[in-house]
Amino acid sequence: MHLLKAEHVTHRFGGLCAVSDFNLRLEPGELVGLIGPNGAGKTTVFNLMTGVYEASQGSIEFEGEELVGQSPSEIHALGMARTFQNIRLFKKMTVLDNVRLARYAKLGYNPIEALFHIGRFRSEEKKILAHARELLELFDLAGHLGELAENLPYGLQRKLEIVRALASNPRILLLDEPAAGMNPAEIGHLMAFIQKIRKDFGLTIVLIEHQMRLVMGICERLVVLDFGATIAEGLPRDIQSHPKVLEAYLGEETPG
Amino acid sequence: MNMRWTIGVGLLAGFGLCWAIPHYEWLDPYVQLVLMYLGINIILTASLNLVNGYMGEFSVGHAGFMAVGAYVASILTVLVFPEEGSAYYFPLAIMGGGLGAAATGLIVSIPSFRARGDYLAIVTLAFNMIVKSVLENLEVVGGPRGFMGMEQLTTLPWVYVWVVITIWILRNLVYSKYGRGMAAIREDEIVCDLCGVHTRRVKISAFLVSAFFAGVAGGLYAHLLQFINPRMFDILKSTEVLIMLYLGGMASLGGSMIGATIYTVVMEVLRAQGGFRMVLMPLLLIFLMLFRPRGIFGLKEFSWLIPWRDLLLMRQLRTRKEVPRASAEG
Ligand SMILES: Nc1ncnc2c1ncn2[C@@H]1O[C@H](COP(=O)(O)OP(=O)(O)OP(=O)(O)O)[C@@H](O)[C@H]1O
Ligand SMILES: [Mg+2]
Repeated sequence: MHLLKAEHVTHRFGGLCAVSDFNLRLEPGELVGLIGPNGAGKTTVFNLMTGVYEASQGSIEFEGEELVGQSPSEIHALGMARTFQNIRLFKKMTVLDNVRLARYAKLGYNPIEALFHIGRFRSEEKKILAHARELLELFDLAGHLGELAENLPYGLQRKLEIVRALASNPRILLLDEPAAGMNPAEIGHLMAFIQKIRKDFGLTIVLIEHQMRLVMGICERLVVLDFGATIAEGLPRDIQSHPKVLEAYLGEETPG
Repeated sequence: MNMRWTIGVGLLAGFGLCWAIPHYEWLDPYVQLVLMYLGINIILTASLNLVNGYMGEFSVGHAGFMAVGAYVASILTVLVFPEEGSAYYFPLAIMGGGLGAAATGLIVSIPSFRARGDYLAIVTLAFNMIVKSVLENLEVVGGPRGFMGMEQLTTLPWVYVWVVITIWILRNLVYSKYGRGMAAIREDEIVCDLCGVHTRRVKISAFLVSAFFAGVAGGLYAHLLQFINPRMFDILKSTEVLIMLYLGGMASLGGSMIGATIYTVVMEVLRAQGGFRMVLMPLLLIFLMLFRPRGIFGLKEFSWLIPWRDLLLMRQLRTRKEVPRASAEG
């Protein structure tokens, strides 16, 4: 069975058809690139997969479970986490709390235990603190634990967003333009970083990216979107010379 | 550990003082009355801070919850509970008032699932007006003439105990996963949901707890004045709580205590000035918003109001930060 199967997914904003008949199948452990010109509908696909929007038509199945109609928190609980094109951290919360929040659903105490700080409250909070620390230590963010997220330098904010996504031990990670605003050296680091987390956390990754070096360098498969429709799908080197893709990008930067 | 002892001793000493002041008449009865108002105002402000400060919603009908608490508690002591031993039933009546208010809080939390910001403000405003007009039309509780017959059961020690309970419970909630959830809703509700937080449940809990303590404050208020009428709980009363909240500062229990204290004291000092005081306070607020928009103590907290584990952690992180680290790229 496929880990994720999106079929005939269509989504309209009023009269605008942002995604039309989108199809995607993910095998466990894959690293798939989702590319396409500006406004092609890539981010909308992520929003549909994570429950921010409900698809007008079509179905998205996660290990056979239908995602369309489920809330973001329910989909998150199944093992889907993401980052955002424009960084969306909880700015006025500490680095530590940004990560702790992402494990909210894994904390096993109820409101009464929280109101009186009794029962499982102490042990569960201790566990989550240890976990968050370990994770931030692993990504060299431990020195910033107590800082407000908004005070981190840009690069670290990007990183923290990924760490926050990893905090809930997701199965599928969706990265929306992780290389935005990075210089070539940083992009090199990022490529190694993505490969590493995929291996260490056993992730399946879908990556939206305009940086062709990154996409061609690490993705095993590419899906090309234009005007909300899938226009090509295949190995990176085949996609590079695909006539429809060249046409879609005409007037924009040429892939490669 | 040492700090916990100090807090424990301080709390006991505070209680002793609140018991001794009326017992030995250490203070003028008028000053005692002001102290009790102050306690009630602290409960109101801190409870509103949960929804408006920590969770970043804009609820403007807090007096509506207060009214429900005041009426339910008064009905309980006057009409339901037996007359003898009324002092023993008093805490139950206050709890009842709190629970009644919490039930209405549940109803108000439902529109908050969809509406935010200005829209929610209008919903809560309408709620406040509905409560007032329902009470005005309920003949059993005296309609617009109001309801009386309560004994003066609210005493300084009782107010003190309820202030301590309120602050303690709110603090516990704020320093838990629900508190983090509320802060994350304030920062970015959609991302909060995407991080696995059942945002509706968090909102319900915030409104429930906030309304509960507003109801407690209402019950105490009713048994201090021994007379209530619907007009006491109108939009003006809600505005008063908002002023105390924004004066003290958002997302800070210490701020709520400061805001309530300044407001209560200044209003009493200016009582002789008549109408002038109704101008001064809003003016003060305007200046504050211009020069210190987060309030006097916004987003800060007294260390004794922070659970000691969190305090230890914060101190540890602060010292750690000063150690220079070679930051490696992952
Ligand atoms: N909430 C919304 N309401 C209305 N239209 C929207 C909304 N979100 C996106 N759109 C429109 O849908 C289309 C697809 O947008 P989307 O953000 O998915 O593109 P994208 O492929 O991520 O583009 P980019 O590379 O610029 O990030 C665009 O035309 C956009 O204007
Ligand atoms: Mg996009």
